[in-house]
Amino acid sequence: MMFRMIAIVAGLGLALAAPAEAQTPRKGGTIRMTAPYGSSFTSLDIHTTQRAQDEIYAKAMHRSLYIWDSAEGKPVPELAKEVIVSGGGLVQTFKLRDDAYFHNGRKMTADDVIWSYNRIMDGTKAYPGARYVRIIEGAAAVEKGQAKEISGLKKIDDFTIEMKLTEKVDPGFYFFTALTSIYPADEAAKDSFIQHPIGLGPFKFVEHVPGSRIVLERWDRFYKPGKPYADKVIVSVMGEAAARDVAFRNKEIDTSVLGPAQYVAYQADPNLKGTIAEVAEVFTRYMGMNPAFKPFSDKRVRQAINYAIDTDLIINKLVKGKAYRATSWLPLTSSAYDKAMKPYPYDPAKAKQLLADAGYASGFEFEWTTSQNESWGLPIVSAVIPMLDKVGIKAKVKQVEAAVLSEVVRSGDYQAFIYSQQTGPDPLAALKCFHSSTPQSACNYMNYKNAEFDKIIDDAGQADDTAKRTQLLQKANALLYDEAPVWFFNYNKAVMAVQPWLHGVQLNATELTHQNVEDVWVDETSPAK
Amino acid sequence: MLSFLIRRLLQTIPTVLAVVLLVFVLFSVVPGSIVSSMSDDADPQVELRMKKQLGLDDPVYVRFGAYIAKLATGDFGTSFRTREPVTAMIAKRAWPTLQLIFTAMAFSVVLGVPLGFIAALRPGGLVDSAAMVVAVSGLSIAKFWLGLVLMYLFALKLGWLPSFGYGDGGLKYLLLPAVTLGVSPMALFARTTRAAVLEIMTADFVRTARSKGMSETRVVKWHVMRNALVIILTTVGLQFGGLMGQAVVVEKLFSWPGIGSLLVDSVLQRDIPAVQGSILVVVLAFLAINLLIDVLYGVIDPRIRYA
Repeated sequence: MMFRMIAIVAGLGLALAAPAEAQTPRKGGTIRMTAPYGSSFTSLDIHTTQRAQDEIYAKAMHRSLYIWDSAEGKPVPELAKEVIVSGGGLVQTFKLRDDAYFHNGRKMTADDVIWSYNRIMDGTKAYPGARYVRIIEGAAAVEKGQAKEISGLKKIDDFTIEMKLTEKVDPGFYFFTALTSIYPADEAAKDSFIQHPIGLGPFKFVEHVPGSRIVLERWDRFYKPGKPYADKVIVSVMGEAAARDVAFRNKEIDTSVLGPAQYVAYQADPNLKGTIAEVAEVFTRYMGMNPAFKPFSDKRVRQAINYAIDTDLIINKLVKGKAYRATSWLPLTSSAYDKAMKPYPYDPAKAKQLLADAGYASGFEFEWTTSQNESWGLPIVSAVIPMLDKVGIKAKVKQVEAAVLSEVVRSGDYQAFIYSQQTGPDPLAALKCFHSSTPQSACNYMNYKNAEFDKIIDDAGQADDTAKRTQLLQKANALLYDEAPVWFFNYNKAVMAVQPWLHGVQLNATELTHQNVEDVWVDETSPAK
Repeated sequence: MLSFLIRRLLQTIPTVLAVVLLVFVLFSVVPGSIVSSMSDDADPQVELRMKKQLGLDDPVYVRFGAYIAKLATGDFGTSFRTREPVTAMIAKRAWPTLQLIFTAMAFSVVLGVPLGFIAALRPGGLVDSAAMVVAVSGLSIAKFWLGLVLMYLFALKLGWLPSFGYGDGGLKYLLLPAVTLGVSPMALFARTTRAAVLEIMTADFVRTARSKGMSETRVVKWHVMRNALVIILTTVGLQFGGLMGQAVVVEKLFSWPGIGSLLVDSVLQRDIPAVQGSILVVVLAFLAINLLIDVLYGVIDPRIRYA
């Protein structure tokens, strides 16, 4: 069902998928992927970096307890053969694979999983994966330095682990990213690991040319029979869209993420149109409003902002159609997305009325903090300002660098900001960001507090029945829509050009560039040897 | 000569200290920290502990003192992000940057200086006008745009060269980024050489040489070229510094693994030791090249004394 939803909303480049299904995967060849997000790979220690850029290579080199299944649109067990749920959903027993080998030939055991999770909770390191491991009982105590080992993680035998959770959640949503990769315990403790990482994924490390590329080669003892298909994976750092465009047209790379302008150009070019793969990613773009800034404390003002902006016009003209209109917080590919929801219509008269009702008939002025991002930064803000001006609201731009913006957002040092936030894949986790117990520094960036909303989310967290849980989450999402703590702008449409000789590319709604590379293969028409 | 060298080396110490101090102060006042760039969900206690562990909770002057003490032993510190020694990180990136800068410089000198000479020998002529059009264009073109045009032409259209990447570090990977970087100094050398030659041509000693019956070839070779070289050399020295700065754009565009991209990435990731180390190396390289140029002055023109 989820696959259908992704396929429908994403408008898959079917030309890519259909022949891939019909052909037998070819063994050998080189997959040449690109890392398109600006800078070099941050580190070869994937536990230390939360950037999407780094996970591109990490997905090939490492593995976590779960993996994202793009076809199903959900996480599925990867390093576990079986997961037994007990204790009212709070105890998970993992029967681990006994055929997973690290790249130095050593078999993975329960000790490696426990060591890796304890490492991530090191309270002196700020490992970004801590946010996920924290759902294990006793993990927070390790982080705070009150315990040495996570009490809720117990080794039953070499290939069985019992995990006690603090909440009734699906652990798959927490343990599928590379941030929680399983490392070889003894080997990863050595200094040499950082120069020569060892994983248990389908490809092993060969070379890192900092700022330029990472080269990986097939791991012959990978646990999935017959996989990976390719002999080699090269991930090139290519932050400049125009340079990627030339390299893609010149057949030097196999994948290239497209921005709005290139999206239009590729659609218009008959030679390139068939190379486009697109998916509704689980990111929502929005303008956050600080309730401590007086006008924004009034719901009517926040709603007025939503009515005052011609969002469709901006998506069509500025974002060049490379986005889906946001109808509330949860994105299209969320399992709790409610198709019945409709976006705020463009209605400046209604906006004016709401402002007058709230006591701002003559408008007000606010400072809008933004980065330069082309899809959800300064260009968008510049287009919105005249629209707000039309209803009497004056916005002053405060432009900051992207890293500074994330600090501003976490600290609450703003009147309004524009941002892109992950809103999936777990709808409960995404909506929990608005729970009053969630600190602003975590993900409750608008410092939202609403007892009714809290109650619905708490009930959803306790619900055993999936349908009941989804219903409650939809109710919370609808309440958020009415409360409008943000201007609901868009859900990201990720677009990637894929060469015709590359097959098996998955429409990953969590991040299109993150591919399970063992399923990807190149046919003999690839110019790469 | 030796005392000159020692004096010049001693003069570099305050310059280096000033640069290090400036970088320190800048990174103390700009918002953002290594912790926030690592995790947007870090526990406040973890953040405090991490800052303490990295020495980031000490006052700037304490951190500065500690850094200088380390620096005195040749230790550039450890990267916050990669946990590698900064010297090792820079060492990996130094060779690609040197390859790029020296190739760009060679390209610009080999083309720019003769172009300026030829233009000056026939001022106002067709060659002069064409050379100056090339020079002005070369100075005006944005590197990013030029790089893309070269990629389009030589990689996509002609298929002669790869459009990006380091490959094995060979010439075919180096050519496009080096030419992109070298066009602007090439244009500058052409203009500087032309101006220098034109000025020297009208100097008294050239007139005297001619009046003594010296052939035009000998005049150009012994008087004009030698005197112009001093001016050109000064420009070359200054351009090295400029090229290091401009290499950032080119390295990024061509996925070239140099110090420029290391510097930019380290700034974005708030990796202060890596930023300090990269800037320091660039400054030291600039100072070293200028010292070398000063020494070369004396070799070219013995009248210059190191008093």
